[in-house]
Amino acid sequence: MASNDTPAAPGFMGWLNKRLPVQQFVREQLLEYYAPKNFNVWYFFGSLALVVLVMQLFTGIFLTMFYKVGDTSAFDSVEYIMREVDYGWLIRYLHSTGASAFFVVIYLHMYRALMYGSYKTPRELLWLFGMFIYLALMAEAFMGYVLPWGNMSYWAAQVIINLFSTIPVVGPSLVEWIRGDYGVADATVDRFFALHVVAIPLILLLLVALHLVALRQVGSNNPDGIEIKEKRGADGRPIDGIPFHPYYTVKDVVGIGVFLTVFAIVAFFVPTLGGLFLEEANFEPANPLSTPEPIAPSWYFTPYYAILRAVPNQRLGALLLLIAVLAFFFLPWLDRSPVKSVRYRGLLFKFFLGLFTVSFLTLMYLGMKPATGAYVTAARLAAAGYFAFFLLMPWYSRADRTKPVPERVRFHA
Amino acid sequence: MTDAVATGDDTNEVDQGRRKFLTIATTATAAVGAVFTISPFVASWEPSERARALGAPVSVDLSKLELGQMVTYVWRRQPIYIFKRSPEMVQSLAAHDNRLKDPKSKESDQPAYAKNESRARRPDIAVLIATCTHLGCLPKQRFDKGDAQLGTDWPGGFLCPCHGSRFDLAGRVFDGSPASVNLRIPPYSFPTPTTLLIGQDETSAKGEA
Amino acid sequence: MRNAVLAVMVLGAAQLLRPALSAEEAHHPLDWENWHAGNEVTNTDSLQRGARNFNNYCSACHSLKYLRYSRMAKDLKIPTEQLKAHLMPPSATPADYMQSSLQSADAIAWFGKEPPDLSLIARSRGPDKVYRFLKTFYLDPSRPTRANNLVLNNPAMPPVLSALEGVKAAVYTTTKSTVDGKIVETKVFDHFDTVVPGSMSAEEFDGFVRDTVNFLDYAGEPAQADRRSIGVWVVLFLLTFTWIALLLKKEYWKDVH
Repeated sequence: MASNDTPAAPGFMGWLNKRLPVQQFVREQLLEYYAPKNFNVWYFFGSLALVVLVMQLFTGIFLTMFYKVGDTSAFDSVEYIMREVDYGWLIRYLHSTGASAFFVVIYLHMYRALMYGSYKTPRELLWLFGMFIYLALMAEAFMGYVLPWGNMSYWAAQVIINLFSTIPVVGPSLVEWIRGDYGVADATVDRFFALHVVAIPLILLLLVALHLVALRQVGSNNPDGIEIKEKRGADGRPIDGIPFHPYYTVKDVVGIGVFLTVFAIVAFFVPTLGGLFLEEANFEPANPLSTPEPIAPSWYFTPYYAILRAVPNQRLGALLLLIAVLAFFFLPWLDRSPVKSVRYRGLLFKFFLGLFTVSFLTLMYLGMKPATGAYVTAARLAAAGYFAFFLLMPWYSRADRTKPVPERVRFHA
Repeated sequence: MTDAVATGDDTNEVDQGRRKFLTIATTATAAVGAVFTISPFVASWEPSERARALGAPVSVDLSKLELGQMVTYVWRRQPIYIFKRSPEMVQSLAAHDNRLKDPKSKESDQPAYAKNESRARRPDIAVLIATCTHLGCLPKQRFDKGDAQLGTDWPGGFLCPCHGSRFDLAGRVFDGSPASVNLRIPPYSFPTPTTLLIGQDETSAKGEA
Repeated sequence: MRNAVLAVMVLGAAQLLRPALSAEEAHHPLDWENWHAGNEVTNTDSLQRGARNFNNYCSACHSLKYLRYSRMAKDLKIPTEQLKAHLMPPSATPADYMQSSLQSADAIAWFGKEPPDLSLIARSRGPDKVYRFLKTFYLDPSRPTRANNLVLNNPAMPPVLSALEGVKAAVYTTTKSTVDGKIVETKVFDHFDTVVPGSMSAEEFDGFVRDTVNFLDYAGEPAQADRRSIGVWVVLFLLTFTWIALLLKKEYWKDVH
């Protein structure tokens, strides 16, 4: 096993492997990494998230070559990219579609964890790294949205930064410090550019690396929620596991193919997606004297926006928004069930997970609508359903009547 | 990559040939896709429409240009010298071929119509890219014959201040200069007798690259 | 018995007559809010007419500051001589952006505000809204421009197309409704009446507006035709690739199942 003592292979690979553990890495991480053989469609989204990350980095680097940061030049430079840089329009659309695709993939990736208990022990740290990635991604998306300096960019920055003014004592001066000016201005877009292009991508890469190392350490969960490492064959390998390469490399390629096909259909034929992926108001330059109507953040933030607006008190609404996001962090400890996967959970968990799903999607829809009348009432109900999933979990996860967990994995429920 | 996994039913022999074929097919298709994916990014580095517009042909009014007078224009970010040569200046070009490195302009970069003795479409109008072919400085005008600094046999031309390269009134480089090639000449044409259009001639399509 | 039969006959007759009476109530006002521009940016002829219309009726006040004349000529297949002769101001060169000659100080003095640049109007408002805007100007003597508009109330823009379209007046109907116990009469737009006919028929003018909106749609995103045609190839390629990858996957996964 130790490649340092064995005689080196001939040729370039031998020279390389003596100095860099390339062969060892491929063997340990791909050929001898045993993953559960019953991964279903919900298990594509991790590799897809990696694909989208690489795509955003690549298209983002190229956009940076042509974009000119600054309140007087940013909007014009985006139109320059769209019209005058050869294939600039394609680079831009890949990046804007990629941003939304990132959240589609990440939400489905997180939902898999909710269904199969992938946040439960020993995967708590894996889950926490994932949650920090989610936070970093939200910051990255928010700042990236400000950069085109359209009217929605300006007002989204205005509204979201103003949320921080609700923090007691330091709020108002904190907001001025974030903006670098008395209102959202040139200074704001300049610093958001540096954070969006350099700082947060570096943080994201670090977190993703930690996330993958943590995954490797504990091994993947699976739709049955049973630990395959507990049952090993005579050769010491898990009997319900298969080597990641070639089986999951080959399967993930198919997943990537399907994803890219859907992605291409959107990016080439409906890149604005009727205003969901590229808002109409953002095709006008930022205007501090005219707020777009209606004003709403991008679709991936609207669930939390709906929660914020459901509460009549600004400070309380902001606090609830924060709690709504942070609640995910506590899942490994809120969940007291001995069973991981929804396949073997009782009716209580299934009900609350269903309630959470419906509430989240309802909040997402309501966040795009004006905060008036029946919409507000509905948002309050949906917010209640959302929080119930987390707050009541210590009770219902324990009171739940679970089914016996099987000995071996199953391909279907 | 070649062993079958022990977990499944080994009822059939593994068809290695089919696996190899499909692997090659998938990899080849992915490689083709990768090339097509990278090409718009590579293309984006080409001069943009703005660069091409700024690099559009430059029109020069020659009606006020006097004998021996030189003007400088910028085309595609390069300085261009345009000057009016007297008939004596044109005649003097033939007298010093033996002191030039490339009197017939065989090595230098100019359009076909500028490969003649006067290196110009019209002998009275000289058009030269004012970038010394040594290391790129702007050569200085030295039109006076028998210049004190350059010697009594100086026929008139240019002196580059950086490293001392010397060029004649057709931009041809003299022996003893650090530069080895004559000054370059851009494409140009005369839409009217008194207008010079730098950057456009019969071959280049509207001057756009 | 006879009275009963008579009563039934009268009631039956009343029922028969009722549809005729409510034919007036069933009248629908002009459905302008659902008009669609019906753009086709691949229709080069339409775009060429739209470019001509823009140059003749819009460019005096409105700029297209992100679009170059040369780019428009290339995409719309307009030869340079025609571009210079008909679609450009004499002071411009083909590589210039399409600016308007109206100075902002004059614009504010004459109209109260600067006419907005129209490069992205079809993207920020949608082509349908621009189409409806151009077709719902109506006579309003109370305003300085003597016109108003159903899409944009009290626009600073005068009805520049009225020579072609003619002048029309808005006709309203009043509806009664009860609000908080009180009867409220509201004016509801019903239809337009032609006051002065224009030089174009209704159909010709509609075509004129469609061509112009089509051109503005193109101007908002000149690459869109390319985008869709390249997209077809990309999706076909990806479908093929996915299919081949699926065959590969199935082959290897025979081991597992």
